[in-house]
Amino acid sequence: MHNIGEIIEKMREGTAMGPVRVKEIKERGIPVVGTYCTFTPWELINAAGGFPVSLCSTSEKPIAAAEKHLPRNLCPLIKSSYGFALTDTCPYFHFCDMVIGETTCDGKKKMYEYLGQMRHTHVMQLPQNVDGKNSMVLWKDEILRLKSVLEATFNTDITNEKLSASIKLRNRMHRTMMEFYDLSKLPCPVLTGKEIMLVSDYLKFSFDYEEAIKLVSDLTLKLKENYDSGERRICPGAKRILITGCPMGKSLEKVADAIESRETGGIIVGFENCGNLKCSSSPVDESSDPIDAITEKYLNIPCSVMSPNTKRLELIKKYVREYRAEGVIDVILQACHTYAVESHSVRECLQEAEIPYMAAETDYSQGDTGQLATRFGAFIEMI
Amino acid sequence: MYTAGIDIGSSNIKTALWNGLTFDVWSQPTGWEIESTSQAAIQTLLERSSLNMGDISHIVATGYGRKMCGFAERSVTEITCHAAGASFMINGAETVLDIGGQDIKVITMDRDGKVTDFLMNDKCAAGTGRFLSNMAVLLGYSLKDFSEIPDETEIQTISSMCTVFAESEVISLLARGIQKQNIALGLLDSIALRAAGMVDRLSSSGSVVMTGGPALNKTLASLISKHLGRPVLTPEMPQHSGAIGAALIAAKRNI
Ligand code: SF4
Ligand code: SF4
Repeated sequence: MHNIGEIIEKMREGTAMGPVRVKEIKERGIPVVGTYCTFTPWELINAAGGFPVSLCSTSEKPIAAAEKHLPRNLCPLIKSSYGFALTDTCPYFHFCDMVIGETTCDGKKKMYEYLGQMRHTHVMQLPQNVDGKNSMVLWKDEILRLKSVLEATFNTDITNEKLSASIKLRNRMHRTMMEFYDLSKLPCPVLTGKEIMLVSDYLKFSFDYEEAIKLVSDLTLKLKENYDSGERRICPGAKRILITGCPMGKSLEKVADAIESRETGGIIVGFENCGNLKCSSSPVDESSDPIDAITEKYLNIPCSVMSPNTKRLELIKKYVREYRAEGVIDVILQACHTYAVESHSVRECLQEAEIPYMAAETDYSQGDTGQLATRFGAFIEMI
Repeated sequence: MYTAGIDIGSSNIKTALWNGLTFDVWSQPTGWEIESTSQAAIQTLLERSSLNMGDISHIVATGYGRKMCGFAERSVTEITCHAAGASFMINGAETVLDIGGQDIKVITMDRDGKVTDFLMNDKCAAGTGRFLSNMAVLLGYSLKDFSEIPDETEIQTISSMCTVFAESEVISLLARGIQKQNIALGLLDSIALRAAGMVDRLSSSGSVVMTGGPALNKTLASLISKHLGRPVLTPEMPQHSGAIGAALIAAKRNI
């Protein structure tokens, strides 16, 4: 087995190889399906014989191009994703046979209308709340509709056997990630938030799932062994922070950097955000009907586009307890209304539980790193 | 033994020397050479008391340039330092409004001066010290005249808070023959309204301690108080509260 540095380096390379792998997949005639959101049922695409690729972009580069069609005052995630498609500068989008979107936030669902002019786009109608029979019925219909669209587009049958196999694979991936994330429950964390981000990304963009599961498990094991033998990678005095809010990506590494710099003295012990704890902690039930189980799992994602979304509050408090967080930082992308509005209720809920909380608005530019450092610094001095 | 605090702001470097009982303070423009200006600012302060570097046991740096100060052994954010400074200068202070050269901060704290929450507006220069001095220049006022606008003056409402737009608005008002002092009061009122709004977001009662250079502007302080409906207190050396807080924090490490 390799040492930790080597494993992490291998993951970095794996992520960087993503575009090449997608090209190979495409050349073998295997469908590539673009996704923009955690609500997209990964298992259905996998069962259709396709490869889901996350297209949520976090680079500032294509934003200017996107602003030709989209307003300036729009969430950078939407603009960046659209800009990449428009300029055809994202290899993942380039190789996509089709993309799947959902009626999540206003900006995103309107953006899909334009995206549809560039690529075969299927938009799922996402209910606006979780409770009640109607939401369940609507969402199940949408899952079934997606199933037939995928079957027709890729000329295949999505059988229950195939679905069950995909569910099992995805659950194994989630379990592997949870075991990895859970390392941060240790009294002295063994990972930085930036490393957690790197590993999550690796699993997202390495298209050899078995290899990825193996490598992440190896890393988890190795870190545990080293911890048990007394190695401490992280300064024990660092203040433990849970991150919540909008999806985090490459450009928001600046947030992790600012929190975890030596002067600030924080350490991120978990991300409640999309693509991390929130999606890996609740697997699809393997014992019930696959379509019902998938419907149930995805409808219950506690995202701010749902109203009400009280489950997110419970989840944050639960993670604070489990990961022994000493403070919560809510990262809100400029012009993301759903998360910005929800910030007030998160603040109130955490205040009541006497958990220090701060919200920070940011975007994909690197111009605010100084201000972020001051804010995070003051917050950490306060807790 | 002495401790020192140095607050490296966007406009000025402020220093404070604490001997356990009293403070001596000094400030000078930041300029381009932060490292050497910081050094010079501390030296000036030391020489005034016939001391040298060796007499200082601990130095804490704060302000936006806090990490560029090589001789300070530790950097602490200006939020924490302003809270410590304000609560030392005004006993029992619970809310601080700090208007700095390029940002506005509201800080709430407990009785010991420990921060409990804060808010920062740093996206643009609107309503900050920089805005204030630009406008004073535009109107041909000294900062002192700007701060003593007669009570009976009528307010000329200014609708723009963005420095660029406010500037052209002021110019066109002047061209229309509107009195300088009415415009000045309008500018101060728009800053006051904005600052009061920020205070209200974080704390709803009790007096507010105002720090930072613009706190010396009496008209501004009284306008803020009027909008808040709460007393606004200004300590003796409001622009040094960050440096004083830093020196106090440095002293705590001494114990
Ligand atoms: S935050 Fe919500 S809308 Fe955005 S990607 Fe995640 S689940 Fe989808
Ligand atoms: S971050 Fe907010 S505005 Fe942006 S896509 Fe997600 S939910 Fe929509």
